[in-house]
Amino acid sequence: MARGDSGPKVDRRKFLTGVAVAGAAGTVAPQVADATPAASAAAARLPSALPPTARTIAAETGTPDVPPYAGHGRPGSDFMVDVIKTLDIKYLPCNPASSFRGIHESLIDYGGNKMPELLTCTHEESAVGMAHGYFKVAGKPLMSLVHGTVGLQHASMAIYNAFCDRAAVIVMGGTDLDAAYRPPGVPTVHSAQDINGMVRDYTKWDDTPVSAQHFALSFVRAYKIATTPPYAPVMLALDAGIQQEPVNSHGQKLYIPKYVKGTPPQGEMGAVREAARLLVNAERPVIVADRAINTTPGIKLLVELAELLQAPVVRQRGRLNFPTTHYLSRGAPAIRQADVILGLELTDYWATVNGFVDNNEHGVGINESHIKPGTKLISLGTNDLMTKSNYQEFQRFQPVDVQMAGDVEATLPSLIEAVKSALTSDRKAAIERKIDANKKAWQKARENTRQLAAIAWDASPISTARLTMEIYAQIKDLDWSMAVESGNTSNWSRRLLPMDKHYHWTGSSGGYGVGWGLPAAIGAALANRDEGRFTVNIQGDGDFMYAPGVLWTAARHKIPLLTVMHNNRGYHQEVMHVQRMANFRNRVAYLGNDMAPLGTSIQNPDIEYHKMAESMGWWAKGPIKDPAQLAPAIKEAVAVVKSGQPALLNVWTQPR
Amino acid sequence: MKRHIVRIALTAVVAGALSSFGYGPAFAAGDAAKGKLQFVKHGCWQCHGFRGQGSVATSGGKVLAPDPLPWEAFSAFVRGTNRAMPPFSEKILPDSDLQDIHAYLESVPKTADYKSIPLLSQ
Repeated sequence: MARGDSGPKVDRRKFLTGVAVAGAAGTVAPQVADATPAASAAAARLPSALPPTARTIAAETGTPDVPPYAGHGRPGSDFMVDVIKTLDIKYLPCNPASSFRGIHESLIDYGGNKMPELLTCTHEESAVGMAHGYFKVAGKPLMSLVHGTVGLQHASMAIYNAFCDRAAVIVMGGTDLDAAYRPPGVPTVHSAQDINGMVRDYTKWDDTPVSAQHFALSFVRAYKIATTPPYAPVMLALDAGIQQEPVNSHGQKLYIPKYVKGTPPQGEMGAVREAARLLVNAERPVIVADRAINTTPGIKLLVELAELLQAPVVRQRGRLNFPTTHYLSRGAPAIRQADVILGLELTDYWATVNGFVDNNEHGVGINESHIKPGTKLISLGTNDLMTKSNYQEFQRFQPVDVQMAGDVEATLPSLIEAVKSALTSDRKAAIERKIDANKKAWQKARENTRQLAAIAWDASPISTARLTMEIYAQIKDLDWSMAVESGNTSNWSRRLLPMDKHYHWTGSSGGYGVGWGLPAAIGAALANRDEGRFTVNIQGDGDFMYAPGVLWTAARHKIPLLTVMHNNRGYHQEVMHVQRMANFRNRVAYLGNDMAPLGTSIQNPDIEYHKMAESMGWWAKGPIKDPAQLAPAIKEAVAVVKSGQPALLNVWTQPR
Repeated sequence: MKRHIVRIALTAVVAGALSSFGYGPAFAAGDAAKGKLQFVKHGCWQCHGFRGQGSVATSGGKVLAPDPLPWEAFSAFVRGTNRAMPPFSEKILPDSDLQDIHAYLESVPKTADYKSIPLLSQ
C-alpha cells in the first residue's frame, strides 16, 4: 500500500537462495510434535474417531519454523510468484490488465511462465469458465487474474456458476488502493475500496492483502479453503502497490506458509448408522445423486453402496455420479416408487421429491408431491457447511429425516461399512432376490430408450439422438471425454453412451449462467490434453455467442477439442417461455420473420459458426443439415483434433 | 391432477360422441402438407420437435408422432390442457389449422426398429 519505502536492496543470488530454502524447509517442527505425550496416548487408544494429533495441531496452529525470506528489496510481485509456485497451479487463464501488470510481468519473466503458465483470454468470463471446466476434470484449481472493477464484473457470472457448481477457482483482482498515489484517470476509475464485495455473496472466502507477507498468508489460506469440500471459488484483491513496490517485511521474518491439504468433512457416525438402518430395512430404497462424485474411484464407491442395497440410482445433472451402463441406473420416475430416498449433494432436494407445473399466466403454478406419504428422506452433502443468504442457489427448503453434513465421497466408505453391519442375513437374502428383476428392468428401459432415439433418425434438422450417436461412433475407441454439453440435447449422451468415468461427462454449469459451455469445454479439454484424452463438447448456439473469443485461446494454446454445434438457431428455453405466456394470455405469439417468438430466435441472418471458428485458427466445417453428411465430417474433425488442433462442426439440429 | 384427467377424458368422450353422430370426419379431414407448415407457425415444434418426436426435456418424453392420438383426444387435449403444455384456444389456433396439424402428424412415417439402425443396435 504505502509507496516510496523501498528499503534496502538485496542481491538476486541471496534472494533466490532464500526462496529455495523456504520452499524446502516449509514445515512446522514435526520432531517436537511427535514427542508429545498426547500423540502417544492417542495412538495407544485407537478410538474410532481420532482426535487431532499433536503434529496436526502444530501444523494447523503453530508458527512455521522457516528461515526468513531474503526477498527484501525485490518487487513484491516476484515474492507473490514464489508463493504461487509452492502450490499445484498449472495454468493461469486471464485477460491482461494494468491493475495487475506487476504480477503479470513477474509471472512471465521472473517465474518463467511455468506453474502457472499464462493463457491469454479475450474475456474474463472465459478465463474463469475455463478454470471451472478444468477443475471438473482435473480436480485441481486454476487461478485467474482479473482487472479490479470492470474485469471482475465480466468474470462475475462465471464465478457464480463455479460457486453454484461447487468448483474450486482462485480469482485475484487487481486494484489500486492508495488514493493519494495511484495514477489518475482510468486506474482510479478501475479501483474500488472493496472489489471483493461484488462477489462476496458467491465466493467461499476473500481477503485484501496489504503487505507481501499478508499476501503469502492469504494466498495459501485461499488455496486451502477453495480445495477443501465444499469446493468453491475464493477471491483475493491484489493491490497495485504491493505488487510493484519492493518487498518490505518491516523487520520481521518473511516466509511462505506450508500448505497442508485439508481433510474433507465426514458425516457424523450416529447419523450415518441411522441412515444405514433406514436403507437396509427399506423395501424400495432409491439413491439420487447430483454434484456428489468428483472422481472415478468415487463412482465405484457409489456402485458398491447401490449394489449392497439393490437401490436404483437416479443421476441428476451436477456430475456423472454413477455409470450409465450399470443395471441400477434409473430415470427420475424411480423416485415416485421409493420408501426411503438417499439424496447425495442435491442442489435442490425440494424439486427432487416435488414438482412444479408452470401452468398459468400468473406464474404461481401447481406444487405437487412426487413421493408417497411416509417416505423417509436422508440427505448427505455439504450444503449446510456453506450458507450464504442473498443469492437463492440454496433452493426451496425441504425437511428431511436424517441430515448429514459431510462430503459424499469422504462419507461413503463409512456408510458402506454401516450398511454391511446393519444387514442381517434375512435382509441380505431379501435384497439379493431383487437382482434379476433389477437387471431385467434396466434392459427393458435400455431398449425403450434406443427405440425412442430411433424416432426422427433421418430428420433434417438433425435429431439430437442421431447427433450423439454419430459422434460416439467416431470416438468410442479413444479415451474420450464428453466434457460439457450446453444447450439441451434431451440428455441423450447420458441415456445412450456407456459412461463410467468421472470425465466421461462432467455435468452442468451449476448456476445455469449462459455462456459457460464453450470456455468450460476448453478448460476441460486442457485438463484432458495433459492426460492424453480426447475431448468433445456439444455446444449450444446461444451459449457460444456470449464470448466466442475463447476459440482463439484454444487455438493459440493448442488445446485440442472437438466442438459440435447444437445449432437450433434460438434461445430455446426462452422460445418456449414467450410462447407459453402468449398462450396463457390467449394471444398469437408474434414471430416477425422468424420461426419463434420475436426476440428469441438466432436467425435472419443465420450465424456461420464454422467461419467464426476458422477465423480464429480452428479447423471447421458446416453448416451440416443432412444426417448422412455427419459421419464423414466428424471422422475428418476427429483426425484434426487427434493431431492437436481444435475443430468445429456447425450442425443444424432439432430444438432439443 | 385427477380432476384434470377426468375433464380431458370427458371432452374426448363428447368429441367421440359427436364423431359417431356424423360430425367426426369433418373435424379430422386435414391437409398434411399445410399441417407441416402450421406445426411450425403455431410453435408446436418448439417442445415436440419438427417431427413430433418429443423430448424428455420439453414434452415430458411424450411422442406425438408417429401414431398420434386419435383426433378427438388430440383436439380435446390441445384445447383443454392444464398441465405443463399451455392450452391453445380456437382464437389462436383455429380448428382448420389444428386439423391440418393432426393430418401432418398422422403422415409421419413409422419409426424403424432400432435394431435395424447400426448405431443404435451396438
